Amino acid sequence: MEIIISILAGILFATAIYNLLQKQILRIIIGTVLLSHGAHLFILTMGGLKDRKPPILIDGIHEIEKYVDPLPQALILTSIVISFGITSLLLVLTYRTINENKTDDMAQLRGEENE
Amino acid sequence: MSNLAVLPIIIPLISGIILAFFHKKVTVSRWLTRILTIGNLGLVSYITWIVFNEGSIILETGGWEAPYGIILVADPLAITLVLTTNIVATACAFYASHSMNIKEETHYFYAFFFFLITGVSGAFLTGDLFNLFVFFEVLLMASYALIVLGGGKVQLRESIKYVLINLFSSVLFVTAVAFLYSVVGTVNMAHIAERVQEVDQKGILTTIAVLLFFVFATKAALFPLYYWMPKSYIVPNPVVSALFGALLTKVGIYSILRVFSLIFVYKLDLTHHAFIWFAGLSMIFGIIGALSTSNIKLIVAYNIIPAIGFIIMGIGVFNQDAMSGAVYYLVHDMIIKCALFLLVGTIAYVAGTSDLRKFSGLIHYYPVLGWLLFVSAFILAGVPPFSGFIGKLLLLKGALTNDEIVIVVLGLLSSLLILYSIMKIFIQGFWGEKDESFVKKPTKGFVGPVVFLLAFSVILGIGAEFIYPSIDTISTYLLDPEVYIDSVLKE
Repeated sequence: MEIIISILAGILFATAIYNLLQKQILRIIIGTVLLSHGAHLFILTMGGLKDRKPPILIDGIHEIEKYVDPLPQALILTSIVISFGITSLLLVLTYRTINENKTDDMAQLRGEENE
Repeated sequence: MSNLAVLPIIIPLISGIILAFFHKKVTVSRWLTRILTIGNLGLVSYITWIVFNEGSIILETGGWEAPYGIILVADPLAITLVLTTNIVATACAFYASHSMNIKEETHYFYAFFFFLITGVSGAFLTGDLFNLFVFFEVLLMASYALIVLGGGKVQLRESIKYVLINLFSSVLFVTAVAFLYSVVGTVNMAHIAERVQEVDQKGILTTIAVLLFFVFATKAALFPLYYWMPKSYIVPNPVVSALFGALLTKVGIYSILRVFSLIFVYKLDLTHHAFIWFAGLSMIFGIIGALSTSNIKLIVAYNIIPAIGFIIMGIGVFNQDAMSGAVYYLVHDMIIKCALFLLVGTIAYVAGTSDLRKFSGLIHYYPVLGWLLFVSAFILAGVPPFSGFIGKLLLLKGALTNDEIVIVVLGLLSSLLILYSIMKIFIQGFWGEKDESFVKKPTKGFVGPVVFLLAFSVILGIGAEFIYPSIDTISTYLLDPEVYIDSVLKE
């Protein structure tokens, strides 16, 4: 199972990097979203994918081996919220940039030396 | 008592929240910011004094024991850097009201300023790798807001690139933490260090070390990952540039220093020797960039790269002298880069342009500004008796002990060219014929913070005899990871 998910995360990374290298800004943002999906899948996979119960204790602690590792899930949750914040900021930023600079082509957003 | 470790994080955080409520009242915000930064500086000085006299302060947040909870470690290195951060922040708090316009100030500048300090202090103090990532994001989020504050065409354009590169390296950071977690099963730095030591840093751990190095090198603007930095550091307001130049890249270099002196220290010839090459190439490319341009802000921004090179060279050489030199140079560089950005911002303001070819003869109108730039060029290049000299002397001494002749020659040569690149501003911008048509703008309030920072640089240089023992303590501590591990895990 870990191998399949690792390959999936790898495909997500490859697609993300292909999109990041495009000229259109929106494609680049789609690339960053795919990239964070890949990273989150990696965290989950690296914690180990075993067929166990969700980490919720109902009546006290019995047989701790029965549950999946809760730490990667907490890490992913933190990371999801952070990348959500950044993505929304990036979308607004892009909207403003396209409005001000009148282009969404990264090649035309290069700039000069003395501004 | 151990709660002192969290105060440098909590106080700016609360200050930021308070100032978010007063964002429309500019006068109140200004004075509140000044009072709060000075108060915080005083408190951090007190904590530093305690750390150096009574040993590191370890705070187990929430009362959870070491590997299970999040640990804040105020050890000598971290607290020294937090103190330097607060010195820089105080200077910027006093400079901000003069260089910003009312519109920028009312749009939450002071709140974001404090959130930036929160993130930087947190990144220095944390003892947990994932928590380090979170504090990185705290400071980056504040920096995204600060870089775009004002919303000019150029700012918007450059901030997109800045956000993208930092987002990419943050995702890589998370991935590296995930890999490390799968190998060692913990995210607490002391615990990771202990487990890496047990397995003697197998091949996979060295791979993760290199991945982490690339993440931090992107944040620290090291060769070949510096291309995003110079342009994005010059577009915001001078005070924001000064905060970025002094703090952000230095958090990346601190992370390299921490990770490669505590965790990955068992394959020195694979990792640390490569650092020396990166250091040399950073010096060469940084200085080429600084010499190639006539934009005064860009000259200073490019000068960050060789400085990062010097510090990484100290980490690469990895002996007592070189580590002392790296720490000394780190502290010195935070202060002098802030001073230089503020100075260059003032010069660009009075000259009305940042293009060096378009103004000259400023010394007739602004003698104080001219001589301050002259002195800071000397400090930056490492002319005795100023602070850059001691750091470079220790670094070169350490490198010579390990027979790294090439990097020593490169270091000396790049110091010369650093001096030339800043002196170019002085010679072309300040010397020359008096321009009669020049309209003098008042510089009241611009000079004070710069003098404050340069005074610290001069004290660091002249008072090296008093400061060196503390730096020596830090480097002894850094070279012996056992002390850190034992103090955190309480064995």
